[in-house]
Amino acid sequence: MNTHEPVVLGIETSCDETGIGIVRGSTLLANAIASSMDEHARYGGVVPEIAARAHLEALTPTIHAALAEAQLTFDDIDAIAVTSGPGLSGALMVGVAAAKGLAIATGKPLYAVNHLVGHVGVDLVTPDSEPLEYPTIALLVSGGHTSLLYVRDLVGDVELLGETIDDAAGEAFDKVARVLGLPYPGGPHIDRVAVGGNPKAIRFPRGLSQPKDMAAHRYDFSFSGLKTSVARWVEARTDRGEEIPYADVAASFREAVADVLITKALAACADFGVPRLLFGGGVVANARIRSLAEERAALAGVTLRIPPLSLCTDNGAMIAALGAQLIMRGHGPSTLDFGADSTLPVTQIQA
Amino acid sequence: MSDHRELLLAIDTSAGTSVAVVDLERGVLSEANGFDTMKHAEVIGRLIEQALAEASVSAADITGVVAGMGPGPFTGLRVGIAAAHAFATGRGIELLPVVSHDAVARGAQHDGHRGELLVVSDARRREVYWSLYSLPADGAPVRHDGPGLAKPDALPHPHAARHDAAHVSAAALALVALEVRRSGAAFADDRALYLRSPDVTISTGAKRVTQR
Ligand SMILES: [Zn+2]
Repeated sequence: MNTHEPVVLGIETSCDETGIGIVRGSTLLANAIASSMDEHARYGGVVPEIAARAHLEALTPTIHAALAEAQLTFDDIDAIAVTSGPGLSGALMVGVAAAKGLAIATGKPLYAVNHLVGHVGVDLVTPDSEPLEYPTIALLVSGGHTSLLYVRDLVGDVELLGETIDDAAGEAFDKVARVLGLPYPGGPHIDRVAVGGNPKAIRFPRGLSQPKDMAAHRYDFSFSGLKTSVARWVEARTDRGEEIPYADVAASFREAVADVLITKALAACADFGVPRLLFGGGVVANARIRSLAEERAALAGVTLRIPPLSLCTDNGAMIAALGAQLIMRGHGPSTLDFGADSTLPVTQIQA
Repeated sequence: MSDHRELLLAIDTSAGTSVAVVDLERGVLSEANGFDTMKHAEVIGRLIEQALAEASVSAADITGVVAGMGPGPFTGLRVGIAAAHAFATGRGIELLPVVSHDAVARGAQHDGHRGELLVVSDARRREVYWSLYSLPADGAPVRHDGPGLAKPDALPHPHAARHDAAHVSAAALALVALEVRRSGAAFADDRALYLRSPDVTISTGAKRVTQR
């Protein structure tokens, strides 16, 4: 196999995006995605069985789309990489099974990799960007996860500093959107409604930020209390027959999420003396979270990296990128015995 | 290798995991089985490798992939279909979808069953999948009704002999595919036979968090 600049096809099916990406070493060649997001909209959140069914239907067409985008055939592919966890187990299984079938059919080595570490690795294939420097703190925020990582070496040393103890940040957006009568997914709608709102109008709680919580949960997140607090505020107003200042509520809620995410991430940078923060996951699409991160990182002297949105949301290119890094660093393929591991720890970079 | 050579890889995960290699002229070359009904994703790769090795063929020799489309419990069923699709895609060969119960009926016929037969398999949640066949003395079994989903005490066709299947043989599945091909009949739709809607809870807006 070409281990200098291997061409890797990555398969990602951990949530509601069927992603097939192709990279050559650190160069992005294709990033094809089929999303089942619209099918989940009427349920107000990702329905695991609907996502898994959609993956099965989307896989083959998305593989063809990625090969066409990269203008390659299977003969050009050196290896296959697949997300084996963490994520929704039924959804993960579709990708795992397909990756095994594809690897055996084509005789290519197979790498089972960690989804969260993939979110970090995608920065390496971001077009026109300087190589990622280590160590770095990484904040990964989506509808499925909210994790703070200390990455000393992408393929060898990744530590989980903290994660959400209840809802993911993206879920909090979806739930608050429901409280405000807005559709799913909540993020873009809350962003829209927050325009012109005063982010300081209402002081919603910052989860796990009190001194007593900080001792045990310095880098952990909690968003369920925030959601309840918004609901209580809105209900009290409604019960008194008062009008709801939607823009202020949306802006203040969003500020609370952004504040707690960025405060904790920058605290980790300061604590470990790491002046680099990588931001990933679909929630980076949120305008205020981005701008507050940029503002505060600059003040703290921390270099902030945010890959383009198409590489921040779940995708196959990040899986291919991590697979390519493993190959370039001399790691052997996974054996065929791995399964889908919905709680795969971040320390397990390759299964 | 002759032009007429047809070498099929067959995969079924509607019950356990079964993988077989069948040759048009020489018949069944191998079958590898895993009977755990929870570990499809873990074992699928090894069983494909094992079936190829025991048949002494390589992936490059395979000319078509037969996929058992169910009925079967969704999570496991999808594993075999996804692997079959990906294998066919990777090799650029055709996918031949077959109803999994057809393989059970064919096996029963091979074992000497004749007449009407109701194939029944576990659908979990105290329900079963069923399909009604007639098994002629010669010629392939014909599916007259189903596949369907029912409570065990509300199965249709009570007069047909009932045949409970805990296992679906991929070799039998491949033989069905060869017969379909020979007869010029149509293959099943390339759609997983879940026969059940996904479990969802429809959100009815936000719930109150404060007491009135
Ligand atoms: Zn993700």
